[in-house]
Amino acid sequence: MSSIAKKKGFGASLWDYLTTVDHKKIAILYLAAGGLFFVIGGIEAMLIRIQLAKPDNDFVSAGLFNEIITMHGTTMIFLAAMPLLFAFMNAVMPLQIGARDVAFPFLNALGFWLFLFGGLFLNLSWFMGGAPDAGWTSYASLSLASEGHGVDFYALGLQVSGAGTYIAGINFLVTIINMRAPGMTYMRMPLFTWTTFVASALILFAFPPLTVGLFFLIFDRMFGGNFFDHTMGGNTIIWEHLFWIFGHPEVYILILPAFGIFSEIFSLFSRKRLFGYSSMVFATVLIGFLGFMVWAHHMFTVGLGPTANAIFSVATMAIAVPTGMKIFNWLLTIWGGSIKVTVPMLYALGFIPSFVAGGVTGIMQAAAPLDYQLHDSYFIVAHFHYVIVGGVVLAILAAVHLYWPLMFNQMLSEKLGKWTFWFFFIGFHCTFFIQHFLGLMGMPRRVFTFGADQGWDTFNLISSLGAILMAIGVIILVVNVIITIVKNEKVGNDPWGDGRTLEWAIPQPIPFYNFKQTPLVRGLDTFWIEKQEGNKEGMTYAEPLSDIHMPNGSIIPLVMSFGLFVASFGALYNGEKDWAIPVLVLGLAITFASMAIRSIKDDHGFHVHKEDILKNEGGNK
Amino acid sequence: MDFNTKYTPQSWPDHPEQVTLEGKNKFLGFWLFLAGETVLFSSLFATYLALKNKGPSGMEFSTQTLFELPLVFVMTMILLTSSLTSVYAMYHMKNHNFKGMQTWLAITVILGIAFLCLEIYEFNHYVHLGFTYGQSAFSTAFFTLVGTHGLHVAIGLGWIILLLIRNAKRGFSLYNAPKYYTASLYWHFIDVVWVFIFTVVYLMGVVG
Amino acid sequence: MNTTKKEGFDLAMMKGLKKWRLYSLLAVLTIFLSGCGEEYLSTLTPAGQVGKEQFNLLLLSTGIMAIVIVVVLIIYVLAIVKFRRSKVGENVIPKQVEGSMTLEIIWTVIPILLLIVLAIPTVAYTYKHADVSGMTAVDAEGNKEAVTVNVTAKLYWWEFEYPDLGIVTSQELVVPTNEKVYFNLKAADVKHSFWIPTAGGKMDTNVENVNQFYLTFDKESAGLKDGVFYGKCAELCGPSHALMDFKVKTIDRKDFDVWAETMKTTEHVAQGELATSGEEIFTTSCIACHATSGAGTAGGVGPNLATFGDRNRVAGFMDLTEENVKNWINDPESHKPGNLMPQPEEINNGEKFSEEQLDALAEYLMGLSVEK
Repeated sequence: MSSIAKKKGFGASLWDYLTTVDHKKIAILYLAAGGLFFVIGGIEAMLIRIQLAKPDNDFVSAGLFNEIITMHGTTMIFLAAMPLLFAFMNAVMPLQIGARDVAFPFLNALGFWLFLFGGLFLNLSWFMGGAPDAGWTSYASLSLASEGHGVDFYALGLQVSGAGTYIAGINFLVTIINMRAPGMTYMRMPLFTWTTFVASALILFAFPPLTVGLFFLIFDRMFGGNFFDHTMGGNTIIWEHLFWIFGHPEVYILILPAFGIFSEIFSLFSRKRLFGYSSMVFATVLIGFLGFMVWAHHMFTVGLGPTANAIFSVATMAIAVPTGMKIFNWLLTIWGGSIKVTVPMLYALGFIPSFVAGGVTGIMQAAAPLDYQLHDSYFIVAHFHYVIVGGVVLAILAAVHLYWPLMFNQMLSEKLGKWTFWFFFIGFHCTFFIQHFLGLMGMPRRVFTFGADQGWDTFNLISSLGAILMAIGVIILVVNVIITIVKNEKVGNDPWGDGRTLEWAIPQPIPFYNFKQTPLVRGLDTFWIEKQEGNKEGMTYAEPLSDIHMPNGSIIPLVMSFGLFVASFGALYNGEKDWAIPVLVLGLAITFASMAIRSIKDDHGFHVHKEDILKNEGGNK
Repeated sequence: MDFNTKYTPQSWPDHPEQVTLEGKNKFLGFWLFLAGETVLFSSLFATYLALKNKGPSGMEFSTQTLFELPLVFVMTMILLTSSLTSVYAMYHMKNHNFKGMQTWLAITVILGIAFLCLEIYEFNHYVHLGFTYGQSAFSTAFFTLVGTHGLHVAIGLGWIILLLIRNAKRGFSLYNAPKYYTASLYWHFIDVVWVFIFTVVYLMGVVG
Repeated sequence: MNTTKKEGFDLAMMKGLKKWRLYSLLAVLTIFLSGCGEEYLSTLTPAGQVGKEQFNLLLLSTGIMAIVIVVVLIIYVLAIVKFRRSKVGENVIPKQVEGSMTLEIIWTVIPILLLIVLAIPTVAYTYKHADVSGMTAVDAEGNKEAVTVNVTAKLYWWEFEYPDLGIVTSQELVVPTNEKVYFNLKAADVKHSFWIPTAGGKMDTNVENVNQFYLTFDKESAGLKDGVFYGKCAELCGPSHALMDFKVKTIDRKDFDVWAETMKTTEHVAQGELATSGEEIFTTSCIACHATSGAGTAGGVGPNLATFGDRNRVAGFMDLTEENVKNWINDPESHKPGNLMPQPEEINNGEKFSEEQLDALAEYLMGLSVEK
């Protein structure tokens, strides 16, 4: 383990990735898996737009359409957007704070494998009797009435992958609190680290209600429970509350890291310190806090009464204030700077108008009486795509280009990157801007078809054409990635030339122990400070060179997750197949046995010796 | 400060669970985990309160007629005592008295098992009355809330037993001190949750 | 379309943001927005007090948000134009500004003020639109003053019961104009949502409780293209969620009273030989679920067909032609997946209806009317 740059065969590399606990490799795993699910979710989106391209279309059937929209939403939120953000959190955050790894490398791997097996389980529903069809929100009366096993796949799959997310959240929190390098005070942390921190805190408090809600659904559907069966005294509104107590913070779990990524980009490509750093931090924390106070704005039409609606209206509007602060601080960051329009910067510049548009429509929906009209219409579809695509997806695409050199020591083609951007950006506005008007014109969301006499034909066609442009953009990106990997031209550290934070200071390829000596952080944008002072190495060290303690790799996270994957099949077929309960027990046994092995077997990790480090460093230069 | 260093009562640190970085991480991470668990139980409590006494029309069961305080009171006392014994165990860990710690943890385990047995007896009793898991929304919410707690007790017991056996011959180290500490923290958490269950489910159910 | 909007914004911006200019901006917006959509379906052509107030809120919020967008865009465009690296020089290191307290305060306080402007009418309308105290008001003789409709949403159709009048309709809501009409909303199977875009916002029909709200209608539907407003189900409820439209007929109060009386008293008699044989088939195969009299209460297994011949749609979404009626009866599942109407085999001794039987049924059903 301790010797580095050894050439490995395919089997050994595969085993390496299956057992890795290195945050940089886990980041690559998240990127690959999240990218795959992003493409799957994108194909589902295309099917939706093909079906709705013309009135009375019969490209897909009504039932299949509901499965597609459910899987599109669920996949994009849980299996694409979040894991892709986790990829960058894993790849970048420990480097930004000068840490050798995350706090719990083993749990980091466990989090990934849980997510992957949960996602696989959910997607297996396509081949095993039909996907979930009750919408990504899976409102209880419909999700109980839904036939087949689709909703069971939804509940169990999300439960498994949600556990992974929860673990990842705790892990990032502890990493940031405990493992910052000397001098890296809270108010010197780069914004991406800050947003990772707040998003992780949101995960910590938002995922348990989802877990509980999903358990209720599992118990009701598979084990004879009555939480949502109103004939037995149950209440479906409980699901709506639990889902949105999770669901609203979930939006911020996605958008805050996106804000972090754009903060880094604006500052980097304007050669300028982030304007109003401390108020940016304050705004991030405030958004995170308020994110828990507004869930019922998804439920204005449920009939909670005027007082609840009024309170949640006003609370929701309040979120606009810190968000506005952020927008203006970004604008003032580029103001007076030296703007270089690279691909990541192009995304950041595209993000501002897109996200402002998404934000203001959010305020419109915060006005409860107006929301009675907008809710569950295409207006809301337009709104959340403006926020999620215009905010989160643009951030992810920007980060792919920005951090590709950090993760792979290669540069994606800027030229192809710009093509991707323009196709995607124009396609995005073309698809979703028009949908605001469809909603106002009375088109409800989640309709599998629409009549020709309702005045919606042209706008739907425009929307579908826009989707094609977006797809072309993504295809160009995939081509770009393949070409770059095949070419494999190494670029070294700080490839953008203006790197400000620690992750750009570290030599490429990054040693598995990250920093040979823990750096001393001397201010915000510490790498920038060092460079301005003419420090060639880019870092001041806080400690002399000494042995480094590193954790061992392990296959146990994978096995543990696989156990839950097996157990899920048992739960799914409970009461239907004879083998269901044995399989459930077997799966849980695998998981608990791996936990016991983990806990009984001492795992002290290993030490990288000073001499090896020096040798390795020599090899790098 | 290596994991394998042998300590004497004199050299043993004041907070052995937080000396190594791994220990510190475990300590903080576990507190955060418990924060999440608190939200989980809050959701269960809220649901229980919403569905309390709700069932199909003409349901015969209600909190007033169903619950019997004496048994639950005994369970409460047992679990509270077990929390106290786990405090003794941590006290001995601080003083580098390995045998003392193992003994008090063993007593904690015995009390925990007693609690779990009484809970199983209680559930069994209800089921025989016809108050089964699927009888009503009330029964579902009750069994889920109290049962989730029971599951936590069972997991806690398994965890502590594993620690006792695993380390019986090894004595203290900075590697296992955080493990003992977090296990006892978990046990306290379970206890606190039970205090809420006792108050909200049973006391308020019978009296309120 | 976009340009009109933008010109409107820019115009208002240039002249400053005095109040009357805001109104002119709103006027431009109104004209622009009402160009969108069909007047029997669009929220942009509100035809009732609730819908109009919500539309006003839409204009107000759009106006306020337009101000924000314009301010952001101006700074944004200027920054991109002025501070490109190609302009400022390749090797220039910009001043590393930390921030500005004054600016932070400005962009905190101004949005708060803007939001207060929006929050006040929001809260006021929230309470106003939830006020159903008029539902129980009675006149001197003890009769209910307002019309109340009990709406039950079912897979995939709507039942409208008028409890004070003793009548029930399905798929077609008939309401008097220029007065508040109160609704009790409930779902019979899974959750749906009751939405008449032109009249006002939606309200969910939950399975476990009754929701209440009111709407007003100030335009008679007779002049519209199909003579009706359209209503929608706005909550995903299964495969045929999209096919759950209902119709809203708005007539003045006098006509409404006449209509209600006719509904109650009309006894349908089949006319002609074909219709009579259709009635026979109907009484053996269909009557168990479908009532044919408008007098009655809610709780029908299938839609009440008393006004079938007066409708313009079969099954809520197909044009009312004899051909469509026959197709529908012959194979409901293929037209409206997941609906609960039995296939013909299930009600006709295991056989499909013959062509003659279908003709007879269609003839009979098309004759069911209270208006003719």
